[in-house]
Amino acid sequence: MHETIVILQQNLGQALWDTAKMVFISGFIGIIFGTLIGLFLYYFSNPLFSPHPVTNSIVGFVINAIRSLPFLILMVVLIPFAKLVAGDPYTPLGGAVSLSVAAIPFFARLAEGAFAEIDAGVVEAARSTGASFWLIFQEVLFPEALPALIRGIVLTLISLLGYSAMVGTIGAGGIGDLAIQYGYNRYNTGVLVSVIVILIVIVQIVQWCGDQLAEHYTRS
Amino acid sequence: MSQIELQHIDVTFQQKRRTVHAVKDVSLSVEKGEIFGIVGLSGAGKSTLVRTINYLQAPTNGKVLVDGTDLTQASAKTIAAARRKIGFIFQNFNLIGNRTLAQNLAFALTAGGYPEKEQPARITELLALVGLADRQDNYPSQLSGGQKQRVGIARALANDPDILLCDEATSALDVETAEEIIQILKDINQRLHITIVFITHQLEVARSLFDRVAVMEAGCLVEQSATYDLFAAPQSDMGQRLVNRFLDTTLPAKVQAQLIQQTGQLLALRYRGSDSLSPIITQIAKNTGVDINIIQGRVEFIQDRAIGVLAVYLTGSAVAISQAIQAFQQRVDYVEEVSVNA
Repeated sequence: MHETIVILQQNLGQALWDTAKMVFISGFIGIIFGTLIGLFLYYFSNPLFSPHPVTNSIVGFVINAIRSLPFLILMVVLIPFAKLVAGDPYTPLGGAVSLSVAAIPFFARLAEGAFAEIDAGVVEAARSTGASFWLIFQEVLFPEALPALIRGIVLTLISLLGYSAMVGTIGAGGIGDLAIQYGYNRYNTGVLVSVIVILIVIVQIVQWCGDQLAEHYTRS
Repeated sequence: MSQIELQHIDVTFQQKRRTVHAVKDVSLSVEKGEIFGIVGLSGAGKSTLVRTINYLQAPTNGKVLVDGTDLTQASAKTIAAARRKIGFIFQNFNLIGNRTLAQNLAFALTAGGYPEKEQPARITELLALVGLADRQDNYPSQLSGGQKQRVGIARALANDPDILLCDEATSALDVETAEEIIQILKDINQRLHITIVFITHQLEVARSLFDRVAVMEAGCLVEQSATYDLFAAPQSDMGQRLVNRFLDTTLPAKVQAQLIQQTGQLLALRYRGSDSLSPIITQIAKNTGVDINIIQGRVEFIQDRAIGVLAVYLTGSAVAISQAIQAFQQRVDYVEEVSVNA
């Protein structure tokens, strides 16, 4: 028991910070680029804008290709790329690289779905005013898709939290790594249980905040 | 020059393995300031046709001229500019659900290039115009259907359009609310001289709103006339079907059961004007020797002009009855031989 407390005191703060870095960096990149790609897919598939099946299927294929790789394999394949971008792939920053590559197509599909669910009639009404696409995005697509986008963000962050444990085990650190290093490899059940409890609490909080926000932005 | 001219419009949709011909060779023109209606059953191609006017739907063939500009030859910029002068009102209102009424209108104003500083005043003015001045900060979900449609009208009017297109604008509303909306549109048409093109399957709307009306069936324009003439004497099969259902003279089953035991002929008659038909009936009865029994009769007002609707039952010899029918055909606008069902 005493040993567990010492381990947690010495490592938990750093581990949480490393996990936070990985999840937030990759989450941020994933959400920004994912939204853009999702919007792109929506724009080129919606008959109200400029349907372009060829462009759409090429982008769709690339996204599916990345998404079809199990994260463990994607991570290993991306080690040279992480080295190139972050210098050392075995750091939280290095881990964030492969997490970002996984997050972008993941969120792109969620964003595409969020836009596609908007009532086609509302979009048609917006088109009938002669508005530019950019204005329609700002004033119609974004507010109407926002609750679904927020739910997608929650889903993405929670998935990234899970994936970050895998990146951690190859040396990027973080809370998952803490659990494996001490809890599994050194048979310290106390550390393992503590990490599980912390993860459950984090996920509950993220989900709760996301639900509140999504609710706040739903007026229809 | 007409304000809207559609010339030989065809619209086809490519679906998996088949081509859907939604609009077939439709030509029509709408004059400035009139209320032009298009009626037909759902699936007749009305919605598709009306969307070619603001080019939400590009025609496969044909020309769309709005104020002399050929939209089929126009750049995206010209089309966007044309749209700003064409308001559109939808059956399901299509307001932005997560934006307040003020924001909904601000969007339309910004799209039309209205200066941002002057928008608040314009929004107040528009909402006052449709009687929702105190609801600026409400969200659409807080409004009733009729109120939503008023906002739809305010949005369509935001940029002082020359033309208003209405796609089944009253079909999702109850009768009373629909009448309110019709009154608002009539008022707008008279005060602002905005041309209105209104499509609907409801003939109640046609009766009180349209100056002229076209009938569509299976993608084709089958009839075009002044509204009063359509109701008094529809020419096409579809026109007759729609009008007959509206000016219904179907008898209650009990009355039909009594008539079926007799060997006469039931006639549905329509005639222009509110005068009584009894002199004509008396005369025809005298000349042909048939007995004419008036089963029911009423006067309908179409665009404030009367149409008499009558069901009469003729009894007598077969020859006399056919003579009487011929006589009616010469003297009234519409005669239909109705068969009696058990």
